[in-house]
Formats: sequence, structure tokens, C-alpha cells
Amino acid sequence: MTKNINITLKVWRQKGPNVKGGFETYHATNISTDMSFLEMVDVVNEQLTLDGKDPIAFDHDCREGICGMCGAVINGRSHGPEKGTTLCQLHMRHFSNGDTIVIEPWRAKAFPIVKDLVVDRSAFDQIILAGGYISVNTGGAPDANSIPIAQEIAELAMDAAACIGCGACVAACPNASAMLFTGAKISQLALLPQGKPEAANRALAMVNKMDELCFGNCSNERECEAECPKEISISNIARLNREFVKAGLVSVVK
Amino acid sequence: MNWLTNTIGASVGKKLMMAITGLGFCCFLTIHLAGNLTIYGGKDFFNSYVDHLHSLGPLVTLAELGLLFFATLHILTGTLLFYQNFKARPIRYSVNKRAGGRTLGSATMPYTGFILLLFVIFHLLNLHFVDKTNTTTFQLLSSSFANPVYIFIYTFAVIIAAIHVSHGLWSAFQTLGVDHPKYTPFIRGLSIVFSVAIGIGFGFIPIYISLLI
Repeated sequence: MTKNINITLKVWRQKGPNVKGGFETYHATNISTDMSFLEMVDVVNEQLTLDGKDPIAFDHDCREGICGMCGAVINGRSHGPEKGTTLCQLHMRHFSNGDTIVIEPWRAKAFPIVKDLVVDRSAFDQIILAGGYISVNTGGAPDANSIPIAQEIAELAMDAAACIGCGACVAACPNASAMLFTGAKISQLALLPQGKPEAANRALAMVNKMDELCFGNCSNERECEAECPKEISISNIARLNREFVKAGLVSVVK
Repeated sequence: MNWLTNTIGASVGKKLMMAITGLGFCCFLTIHLAGNLTIYGGKDFFNSYVDHLHSLGPLVTLAELGLLFFATLHILTGTLLFYQNFKARPIRYSVNKRAGGRTLGSATMPYTGFILLLFVIFHLLNLHFVDKTNTTTFQLLSSSFANPVYIFIYTFAVIIAAIHVSHGLWSAFQTLGVDHPKYTPFIRGLSIVFSVAIGIGFGFIPIYISLLI
């Protein structure tokens, strides 16, 4: 049943990376419960623009939960209270009339704020650049199924590859650790034969880059797994740990 | 040896140090508890256990040095990790809400760990570094637990230890990469059972001794 609700927003506003930020209160009136959360922010922003004020800056792109651009902490929960969804997939029907909603950006030293709710997640790109790839010769595409891969293994690799790099794991982690992201990216390649030749280099380089970027250390709190919009399992973190130990202590890679 | 320092110096390596030393303490707790349970066999049975243990001489010293080494690693690495994790989020959230991953144990690890450190120092001063020439260990225990404050301190510390290991045990396996759809549920269950066993096993000893007096 569609109905209209009135809500109060407390939004983190910050003009730039090195400027002091703070919470601003806004009233969103007559919001349809059929709206997505981002559409609700659009409505608030239209009013702010009409009033001659600076609209709330937030990241978004596909608005169907696959691109990994959007994300904010809603009442202390990354991507809001729903399980296995991104912020753009959150709908206003999960809120009640008169609710106060606190909206904060991802908070991590490795994710500096660009403006308001927009954070710079290029730290993730740097982790990928360090080793989240396989080296292949260019040329014609190889025949499909020319390398036999067990169905179960292919599924595990696909589950890890579902990561959209949104950063919710870092935001939800009490230690701002990037282990779920890095674990997923290491796993999707380590599980498959194509990823094996560079596995040791990859594990060392990606973990070292992650540490260098000042992400926190994993303490197995499992908040990342609970908040991940793609429900990526912490089994991938255990696999990262195995890959790292193998690379560090058993492989010949220095 | 660069490869070794590079491996254990990384975030994953530091966690490995915590896991290996932590599992060492879990083994110690098991042996310590098994020994302590001889108290239920009576005063003489308990004192004879203590005498047998101490008759091992240099082996006991070796074990003590091993534990001291493990404790030093566990405390220093834990403190460093706590500091780094704190620094990784310079601005905290104004609203914090759990998504269902955190437990009482996991959320309090650094704090329960610190309390345990204080307790271990107290415990050693209370029962280890004391003159035992004209007394038995059982007498030392009964004179300690005649005081309700001691009963409270010991029982409280045991509850703290149980909370610490409830997260610590399975977490150590996860950090070591021991994860498998067939065995992980068992390890998680074992953690809870172990934590309850530590809590009940050690927790009732001060109360039992105070009832004997």
C-alpha cells in the first residue's frame, strides 16, 4: 500500500576533504513509501536547490544494486537496515512516519571524504592494481571449457566475484579493515586455474598494499559479512589468510 | 630472514601471532583446568597433584618460560593491533548499530584481554610468588578464598576469560585459514562449549573451596 510519510534527516555535510563537517537537519515531507532511499534524497535536494542551498552530494550510478557506487551509513547500518541490498535498493516503505534517519558517509582513514556523503574509494583500486588481475596473452578468445573446472569451485569463485567494491565491508568493520574486499578479490582468482601462476605474488602484494593504505586489521567480527550487499562470506577471508601464509612461508616468491 | 619478518609484520601475520599464541593459551587453560579439577578429589589428592607437577622441575620452568614468551607476543601484538585499528577510523560514527556479526566476546577482546593481564599478575602474586616452605598449596587456596573479595575477583576473572575465549578460539582457526563448510560449524560450537567449560570449571573452584572451610 502506497502512503506518504514525513521524516527528519540528519545528514553529514562537509564542504571538502579538509574542512570540518557536521550534521544538518532536514525535513522530508510527503515522501511516497514507493520511493527508493536515493529518490527521497533527490526530492530533498530539489528543495535545497530551489531554496538556493547546496544539495547533498552522494555517490550513485546504476540505481539497481550492481555498480557499487552508492552507499552511506543509515542509522548505523551500511546501506541501511535491509540484508543483501545496496542503498539504492532500500525503499522508504521500511521507514515509518515521523522517523529520524541519520545519514553518515563511510568512515575510514583509507576512504577520505570528498564532499558530504561522497568518499574517495580509490584505495580499493590501488589494492586491485597491486595484484588483483591475471596476466594473459592477447589474441583470440580461448575456447570455453577448454580448462575443466569443477562446478562447486566455479560457484565459489563466482560468489567471490560478486563483490561490487562498494566499501560497505570497510564501513561496517569496527576496525575499518578491507579484508572482505581483498579476500574476495584474492579468492576469485586463487580458486581458478588461471589465477594459480600468480597466486603467491598476488597474495603478498595485495595484503601489503592494504596495510600500506592504513586499513585496519581483521578481528573476525563478521560485521562485513552481515552488511555486504552481495552477501560475500568470510570464508574468503580465511582463504586470503591461507593464501598469504602459503605465499609468505612456503612459496619461493620474496 | 626478510621473508619471515615481512610475513609476520603484515596485518595477516600479526593476526597469525595472535592466533598461534592464543591457541597456546587455550591448551594451557585446558591443562590448568584438568589439574585444578583434582580439587574435587579432596585436599590430599590435590596436594599430591601439585607435588607431582612440581617434581617435573626444569620441565615446569621451561613451560613457564614458554608461556611468558607467548604472553609477551600476545600482549605486544594485541596492543599494536588495537592501536592500528583505532587509528584506521579517525572520525567515529555518531550512530553505531550491529548487523548481527559482533558478539559480546568479539566486541570486547582488547578490554577483556587487558583485564586478564591484570588478573594474571594478581594470580601469580597471590599463589605463585609466595613462600611455600611451611604450607601446602591447598592451605594457600583456602586462606585466600576465606576472603569473599578473593572469591569475587577470581570468579569475575574467570567469566572475563570465558568471554575472551568464546571469540578467541574460533577466531584463531579462522585466522589460521582453517575454514571448511563441514568443520567450521563444529569449531564455532566447540568455542562456545570450551568457553562454558572454562567458565564453569574454573568458576566453581573458589566457591567450592570456600564451602569446605
